Amino acid sequence: MSSPAPARKVLSTLGTTLGAVTVLLALWHVLTAATGFISTARFPAPLEVFDAFKQIAIEGYSNGRWHEHVLRSVLLVTMGFIVSSSIGVTLGLAMGASRKVEAFVNPIFLLLRPIPPLAWIPLAIVWLGLGDAAKIMVIFFAAFVPSVINSYTGVRQIDKPIFEAASMLDVTGWRYWREVLIPGAMPSIFTGLRLSLQASWTTLVAAELIGALWGLGQILNQAAQDIFPAMILVGMLSVALCGWLMTLALGWVESRVTPWKVR
Amino acid sequence: MLEPKLDARSFWTLTVAGAVALFGVWSLAALSGITSRTFLPAPWDVLARFAQLTVEPFVGHVLHEHLLSSLQRFGFGFVLAVIVGIPLGLLMAWFGWVDRLVSPLFETVRFIAPIAWVPFAALWFGTGIGGPVLIIFMGAFPPVLINTYRGAKNVDRKYIEAAQMLGAGSIRAMTQVLLPAAVPSIVAGLRISAGLGWQSLVGAELIVASSGVGYLMVKGQAAISTATVMSGMIAIGVIGFLIDVALRRVQLVIEARRGV
Repeated sequence: MSSPAPARKVLSTLGTTLGAVTVLLALWHVLTAATGFISTARFPAPLEVFDAFKQIAIEGYSNGRWHEHVLRSVLLVTMGFIVSSSIGVTLGLAMGASRKVEAFVNPIFLLLRPIPPLAWIPLAIVWLGLGDAAKIMVIFFAAFVPSVINSYTGVRQIDKPIFEAASMLDVTGWRYWREVLIPGAMPSIFTGLRLSLQASWTTLVAAELIGALWGLGQILNQAAQDIFPAMILVGMLSVALCGWLMTLALGWVESRVTPWKVR
Repeated sequence: MLEPKLDARSFWTLTVAGAVALFGVWSLAALSGITSRTFLPAPWDVLARFAQLTVEPFVGHVLHEHLLSSLQRFGFGFVLAVIVGIPLGLLMAWFGWVDRLVSPLFETVRFIAPIAWVPFAALWFGTGIGGPVLIIFMGAFPPVLINTYRGAKNVDRKYIEAAQMLGAGSIRAMTQVLLPAAVPSIVAGLRISAGLGWQSLVGAELIVASSGVGYLMVKGQAAISTATVMSGMIAIGVIGFLIDVALRRVQLVIEARRGV
């Protein structure tokens, strides 16, 4: 912090946030465990959640320990996301750069675009069963559409003078992509990647909920069948935590890749 | 160099070529017999199945009845998100303490994928209408709240000061200054909400429902009828598209009236 005033401001925001969290935790405890206003059969008390987490972290639950489930889900998403978004971004850039490619690909894309990511799940199960292949197919379609759209708009939003300068300096081929198209579209590409990542994470959890042997969605599914509210909440919080951490990681990559961007 | 616009003829040639390529590869794959036709039906098989579903009941209802029950759930969840999200957004923008109280909770809940509410939805509501409505609500709620809040926060201070000087209390300031000023932002949020809500609905129906298009797809999947699953995808895609078109209309009308 450069000056004491913002530092104090940060501290006071942190203070109120911590205060709010404490108040909410206390309220939660009072409403559930202490008074039974909300039955713990319907929503778990904070201590039960802690115990459930201890159970899954140490003994394991539903075919594995916590870190194994997390690792499996995160790995699947990372793989599917990288494959899908690299194809999606390339296609989007090509559609942005060439009106011919755009005209050719558009009918295919118009057909795919309105289908919600989750709607691919039954098709993936019919085709590929309950294994990892089906999950990757689902993640692929979830991540594909946003990365194409945003890379495409990214290219179309590049200022005209930049194209004119590039053509005047006779920048063509690979250099044209590397030095004009990709950097110019980069901010928009990352907007797309964030949406893609979010969509693939949600879709994977849904796919695991419907049928899987491991993963966070599977924890949710098992806990729902066992009527184990505390474990349900552990699963939900894990989904949120992983989603948040992956978004942070992507933000870090973005700041590395676009150092010129003012934040 | 960014090419000039294609002339109409080459545009349509390429577009038709793209469509032909897609349906051609699909049809050839289906006809070649690499896989069985139930596994990969030809495009016309899917269309035939779609037409058949509109007259012949599948898992209890014909297609438009499934659609109707999906739309009904969607309507409930979406309206609930609007009637909770807009007032809460205004309150958060007006009262600092509401903001500080709700924000941390909201930020945590927002990162929970709507679909992760499925177990609680099942636990709390069984297979009743409450479960899917909860999940749609969780999908549709954040954009309404965020956009209302941002729209209301961006109101020019002088309007608020003028209203206060003229003796407007908190409620009047919120309903007569913040709300009207935030309308364009709210409507933009509603479009995102509707999209996310519709997507969440599909997920909800795949797991906790006994009617609706999502349910139809799950049953099609169980019967290994790819054509049924694909018909469901078409129906979902078309309705989702129509909802978005309708809301974009509303958005354009409002923006035009505001002169944005």
